[in-house]
Amino acid sequence: MNLAVTIPYWGQSLLRVLGGTVAVLLPAGTIVYLFLFKMMSFMQSRLGPMEAGPYGSMQLFAEVGKWLQKEDITPARADKRVFRAAPLIVLVSTFLLVAVVPFGPDAYFTQFDAGIFYMLAVSSISTLGILMAGWSSANKYSLLGGLRAAGQLIAYELPMVLSVLGVVIQAGTMNLQTIVLKQNSDSIFGFDGLGYPYIATQFVGFLVFMIAVQAELTQTPFDMPIAESELVSGYMTEYSGFRFLIFFIAEFATAGVFALIASVLFLGGWGIPFSWFGWDSVDSIDNWMNVAGPLVMITKMMVLAGIIMWVRFSYPRFREDQLQRFAWKVLIPVSLINIMLTAIFKVAF
Amino acid sequence: MANKPQVPGLLKGLGVTAKTMAQTLKPKKFGGGAATVQYPHEKETPPIRARGVIALREDNCTACMLCARSCPDWCIYIEGHKELAPPRRAGGAPRKVNKLDRFDIDYALCMYCGICVEVCPFDALFWSPEYEYSEPKIADLLHDKIKLGEWMETVPEAPELEAGAEKKKGK
Repeated sequence: MNLAVTIPYWGQSLLRVLGGTVAVLLPAGTIVYLFLFKMMSFMQSRLGPMEAGPYGSMQLFAEVGKWLQKEDITPARADKRVFRAAPLIVLVSTFLLVAVVPFGPDAYFTQFDAGIFYMLAVSSISTLGILMAGWSSANKYSLLGGLRAAGQLIAYELPMVLSVLGVVIQAGTMNLQTIVLKQNSDSIFGFDGLGYPYIATQFVGFLVFMIAVQAELTQTPFDMPIAESELVSGYMTEYSGFRFLIFFIAEFATAGVFALIASVLFLGGWGIPFSWFGWDSVDSIDNWMNVAGPLVMITKMMVLAGIIMWVRFSYPRFREDQLQRFAWKVLIPVSLINIMLTAIFKVAF
Repeated sequence: MANKPQVPGLLKGLGVTAKTMAQTLKPKKFGGGAATVQYPHEKETPPIRARGVIALREDNCTACMLCARSCPDWCIYIEGHKELAPPRRAGGAPRKVNKLDRFDIDYALCMYCGICVEVCPFDALFWSPEYEYSEPKIADLLHDKIKLGEWMETVPEAPELEAGAEKKKGK
């Protein structure tokens, strides 16, 4: 199943870069407009932006334009080079994350057998950027925010890793593409009309994963690092203009990418149950899945991102000690038990 | 009282936000819509006793300075002089009346406490619900008696007294 035209290597690289940019920025923009601007406003009984374009649809461009005009301030006593690099590192981790996400049978940037391992490793690079931002700002609020972020992200990294392990055990692979294929070609008790999305057996893992993602993204019940009533804006306090914009994009782009990963791991990713069209292996999948796959992915991503945002708009913030206790005393034991049970069932059946 | 099974508070919270969203998205004719109005295009009518701006009925003012003295911010500036007016009855001595030269309120300072309105013994100051008088420059918020007089048109009729209220004794 090769494409009719062979694209030279530089062309492929260019396409990958373009695709990656689209895969990061498009979900980020959609999430910000649809959920942050509109859904949040509706939940607060107001209409949100209505002036820029029909129903405020051009508001994003107005915001980006506004931020780009603003002065790029570096505090006098800041560690300038680190201060300037920090937002870029946070954004880079998002781009690295999207690299392993498969969008279709042939529509992926790269795939390799350690995909999940890579994904988990790369997602903690953003912690580094946040810590850099907090430390280099020469501001006590930034420092406290950065430290809180580091403590929180490390605490919630663990339940995330452990909850993903359940899927890895069940699929028997760490390759994200293979995980998608397995979920769509397997059957539940001989019934193959739905495929076998792992949310059916890994529901606990899914819950733990989504909670951990919420914390990794520092979205509201877990937004201690940027708690505006205590820390101004946490590690972002000293940032303005372009660099603040990068932090902002990174926050919502990462939300989108994590929603994509969650849909790959638990909801069957880009696939639709293969039995619908009588496919039985990767090579028998029709080519149009390369177009339909990304659409299926984006639909699932929007649902998950919507849930993340819904929770964000509904709940008040945890206290710092509650947040840590929740990770170490609830989420980690629960996901450990989940792994144990999964392993037992895997061996037994 | 029997213990009814309770919906966990976390889910209830999600329900509240979802319900509010559904209510906002419902078309207006079915009783939905947002609680807010889109300000420059449509305006809310402020309540009749809203404290928007203080208007001046110049004819009633005697430049007695009570309002200026009671103002906590000293944002009222009054200047006046005395003038002779014709006597009330023929053959009487000419009366001395206070003439108002300047009556300014600096709305950059005013804190809308309304003490001046309360304290005015001649019914010269009134609350008006008018609120659209912002200025690009803070110095432009100092308004003179002409502007304050124009706002008199926006002052609503005083509402009927409540049943059993004490009537003011007229002359």
